[in-house]
Amino acid sequence: MKTAVTAAELDIPSLRKAFPVLHQTVNGHPLVYFDNAATTQKPSAVINALVDYYRGYNANIHRGIHTLAEKATRAFEESRVAAQKFLGAREKEEIIFVRGVTEAINLVAQSLGSILLQPGDEILLSGMEHHSNIVPWQLVAELRGALIKVIPVTESGELDMAAFERSLSVKTKIVSVNHASNSLGTINPIETIIQKAHAVGAKVLIDGAQAAAHLEIDVQKLDCDFYCISGHKMYGPTGVGVLYGKRALLEQMPPYQGGGEMIKEVTFEKTTYNDIPYKFEAGTPNIADVIALKGAFDFINGLGKEAIRAHENKLLQYAVTRLTSVKGIRLIGTARDKVSVQSFLLEGIHPFDVGQLLDARGIAVRTGHHCTQPLMDRFGIDGTVRASFAVYNTEAEIDRLLEGLTRINSLHR
Amino acid sequence: MTIAETQKEIINDFALLEGDREMSVMYLMDLGEKLPAFPEEQRIDGNLVKGCQSKVWLVATLRKDRIYFSADSNTAITKGLVSLLIRIFNGHLPDEILDGELFFMNQIGMDRFIGTQRSNGFAAMIQRMKQYAKALKTTSGIQA
Repeated sequence: MKTAVTAAELDIPSLRKAFPVLHQTVNGHPLVYFDNAATTQKPSAVINALVDYYRGYNANIHRGIHTLAEKATRAFEESRVAAQKFLGAREKEEIIFVRGVTEAINLVAQSLGSILLQPGDEILLSGMEHHSNIVPWQLVAELRGALIKVIPVTESGELDMAAFERSLSVKTKIVSVNHASNSLGTINPIETIIQKAHAVGAKVLIDGAQAAAHLEIDVQKLDCDFYCISGHKMYGPTGVGVLYGKRALLEQMPPYQGGGEMIKEVTFEKTTYNDIPYKFEAGTPNIADVIALKGAFDFINGLGKEAIRAHENKLLQYAVTRLTSVKGIRLIGTARDKVSVQSFLLEGIHPFDVGQLLDARGIAVRTGHHCTQPLMDRFGIDGTVRASFAVYNTEAEIDRLLEGLTRINSLHR
Repeated sequence: MTIAETQKEIINDFALLEGDREMSVMYLMDLGEKLPAFPEEQRIDGNLVKGCQSKVWLVATLRKDRIYFSADSNTAITKGLVSLLIRIFNGHLPDEILDGELFFMNQIGMDRFIGTQRSNGFAAMIQRMKQYAKALKTTSGIQA
C-alpha cells in the first residue's frame, strides 16, 4: 500500500542524469560527492547556458545598441527578475548581482557601515558565522570605532536566544547572522531575530549561502533588510551571487566601488551616481554567470523547495542514524532544525586523515574548520569531517560513506 | 646509505603497493606510527613547521657532525610524510642534506595521493630541514 507523502517524491535517478560530473569514477570508485555545502554540482542547463552565451551572443550589456548586446542585456535582466522572484523581493531594483555572499557582506558592511555606525555602536553576529560574515564587520568596526558582539552557541549547535535578547540594545545597529550554518547545518530562527533586532532599531543582514538550495526564502515576509546568496552553492556557477536590499536603504547607501555602469554623469568636479541596482554594479559584470544563474533558479523551482527538503531531510535522518552506529564517532551539530549537513569526528584519527582515506575510495567530504574557527573553538576542536548532501544524493551513497568509515576504523586501530 | 639510495629503497617499497591510493595512504600512516616518540618538551610553537595545514613539530640535533631529526604531527598522514624525510636525511652531514636532491616524490606518485595542500606542506618540511642543516653546519664548524 502506498503511504501518503507531503511533497511529490523526486525521481532521483533521472534527476542525477542532469549532472554530468556525477557520472565518473574517482580513484577507481564511483564518485560520491558529499561536499555540497562548499559547492554543489551544476546541471546541464546551467552549463549549457554558459556555453550558449559565449558561443551565441557574447556582448557587453547595457548601452549597446547592436543585436548581440541587446540579447545579452535581456538575458542578464531576466536573471535579475528570476532572482527577485526566487527571493520574494518587491522590486527587481532591489536585486544586486555580486560575486557571492562574501562580496555582498563586504558591500553592506562598508557602505551601510559608513553612514550608520558611530563610535561605540554595536554589530551583533553569531558564534556560528562563516569568516566571511565576521571579517568584513571587523574591518568596518575598526574603521568606525564600533564593537562586535557575539550570540553564543549551545552544545547542540543552536543559538542561545536568551543571550541574543540580552545582547540587544539601542547601541545595536546591525545584526548579521546566517540562515543556516555551514559547519553544523543548524537552521536559525531568523524570523525572531529579525523582529527583535528591528524592535531596537537595528538593521538585519541574513547570510543565506547555506539556505538558498534548501529552504523557502521570502524576504518580504521575513522583513530582513538584506539577504544574500551565492550561486555556486545552489547549482549555479561560481563567481556570482545576489544581494537583496530594501530599496530605501540601498538608495541611502553610498556606492561600494566606483567605475563604469554605476554613474549618471562624470566630471572631474562632481560625479552623480546611477540609480539602484546599477549604483552597486560598477564595471562590466559577470555576464555569463549571471545569465546561467537563472538556470539554477529554474532547476530549484522546477523541483520545488518542499520536495527538495523532503528528500534531503530523509538523507540527513538516514545519515545520522547510520553514523551514530560507527565506533568512536562524535557528531558535531545536533540541532533539531537542520539543513542536510552533518559534521563529525572519529576518535583518534584527525579529520584530514579521514578525508584523505575517504577520497581514496572516491568519497568527497570536507575536512577542517570550514572557515568557522570561532565555532570550532567553541567546541574545543580544530576541525571536523563534514558530509553535506544535495538533492541528487542517495541513501546508497551514505552507505558508501559508512563502509569507508568502518574500514578506516578497522584498519587504523 | 646515501640520500639517493634511501630514496630508491622508498620507491621500491611503494612500488609494491601498485599505485593503490588507499593502500599508499595507509602505508604512510603506518610509517608515521613507527617514528620514535617525540619529546614532550619540544612540542612548542617555535618548533612548528610554517606552511603546513597540519601541525608538524620538527627538531634537529647534531651528533658527531651528523644530523638527526625528530618530528611529530597531529595528523597521521603528515607524520608518515615527515617520517620519509627523516629516513632519508637522518645521520647525514649538513652538506649532504643541503646538497641532497629529492626525487622520490614523483616516482611514488605522491602528488596523486596527498594532494596540493599537503604537497605544499611537504615542501615546507624539506625547507625547514635544510634550514636546520645550514644552521647546524655553522655551529659544527665544518667548512664547505
